[in-house]
Amino acid sequence: MVNELREAAGKLLDDGKVDLVIGWAKGSLPLASTPVFISSSDEADQLVFDSTCGNNLTVYFTKDNKKISRDRKKVGIFVKGCDSRSLVLNITEKQLKREDVTIIGVPCSGVIDTRKVRRKAEGREVLEYSQDGDTVTIKGKEFELSVPLEELLSNACLSCLRKDAEEYDLFIGEPRKFSGESDPYSDIEEYENLSADERWERMNEEYSKCIRCYACRNVCPSCYCNVCFVDQNDPQWIGKTPEITDTMIFHIIRNLHIAGRCVECGACERACPMDIRLLYLNRKVAKEVRERFGSDTGTDLDQKPAMADFREDENQDFIMG
Amino acid sequence: MDKKYVPRITSFLCKWCSYTGADLAGTSRLQYPTAIIPIKVMCSSRVDPVFILRAFLKGSDGVLLGGCHPGDCHYETGNYHTRRRFAIVKTVFESLGLEAERIRLSWISASEGPKFARVANEFTETIIAMGENPVKKKIFL
Ligand code: SF4
Ligand code: SF4
Ligand code: FES
Repeated sequence: MVNELREAAGKLLDDGKVDLVIGWAKGSLPLASTPVFISSSDEADQLVFDSTCGNNLTVYFTKDNKKISRDRKKVGIFVKGCDSRSLVLNITEKQLKREDVTIIGVPCSGVIDTRKVRRKAEGREVLEYSQDGDTVTIKGKEFELSVPLEELLSNACLSCLRKDAEEYDLFIGEPRKFSGESDPYSDIEEYENLSADERWERMNEEYSKCIRCYACRNVCPSCYCNVCFVDQNDPQWIGKTPEITDTMIFHIIRNLHIAGRCVECGACERACPMDIRLLYLNRKVAKEVRERFGSDTGTDLDQKPAMADFREDENQDFIMG
Repeated sequence: MDKKYVPRITSFLCKWCSYTGADLAGTSRLQYPTAIIPIKVMCSSRVDPVFILRAFLKGSDGVLLGGCHPGDCHYETGNYHTRRRFAIVKTVFESLGLEAERIRLSWISASEGPKFARVANEFTETIIAMGENPVKKKIFL
């Protein structure tokens, strides 16, 4: 597959269809690949794709590299299922134009959460990571482990039903179709059944770990305001401390800002250095958006994001008089 | 509950309907509790969820949001957006185990002085029955 991937990128560049390809390359550490920008076909052999490619590359269209879209460079980008949904969302939000991007889908079998790998290794340093189908081999000094991929997958991938891109120009291999069979929100239902106090306890425990590094916001392709509300000083919406009131406001507001815009890629949770289960609230809100407004984020180029849209005759059971 | 307990209900009212409704309640000499602290906004959709949240987490016992009836918004579609947003704010409140009954959205038109008084009274009673906002005791402030 890696060869096909490199060939595809090289060909697009050689044919002048794109000026730049964004993909993943082997990182300097064994568990993390790194984003890479390729602008000529002889660099294409850096490209890789495997279960360590957790970054949602769409972020480069909306964050620092807004330049990419401003210069109207023709860009090719490799996407997993979730990344492609981010891209679709960003197109519906007019952050880039569909015709300016060449979407190359890759078959995804889920990406790993490096913390789960480290836990398996029980604190020993992992020096080598390799994958053969559904089995992963982790090697370090004086140990070698063989683990089913499933046990290392990022939480977001465990409930993902659309692993392959549905919007693409070119796909490496054969894309699998959406299978709506299982219930993606069973974990959330379990959480919903807790009592209010237990929910508070659980969330309080999670969010009080937060050190306000904003890594979660920075990796998120849906978070792209030029000035984020947390950075604003006049007016200052929230205090700057890592005290629970302030962190709670940060997380709640971030959740409201990504309501109907979160594609549940899990990049935020993987980026968090404090191991906070950010997806609980994200997915709870996504579930509500899906059930209440019938919108599946990033699956339809012609649909406005849920929170920018409305229906006049919508259910308003929560409004009292 | 101590009889003298007067809760603090931060109320965001849109200029064109709910605020005018509150005015009408006043000029019609209808009684409504002093717990209601009105803040005039141009449209209910001006109320960023951060306003509601800050009011709540900084110690308001309740937050009331008043807007024009659907279809009547001075800016045509503002309140439809408010409605969606409010649904999600409620969801988030519930998910965190915060008391979602302490936030309320009501449609009150400029001619509905009596309705404003009713909503204000009802909501204040609900809040009095619930007591002080427990987040005050938990960790906030
Ligand atoms: S909030 Fe997290 S899961 Fe949702 S789109 Fe952003 S990075 Fe992905
Ligand atoms: S990445 Fe984690 S620690 Fe950093 S701001 Fe986000 S939740 Fe907090
Ligand atoms: S002006 Fe009243 S809700 Fe928009």
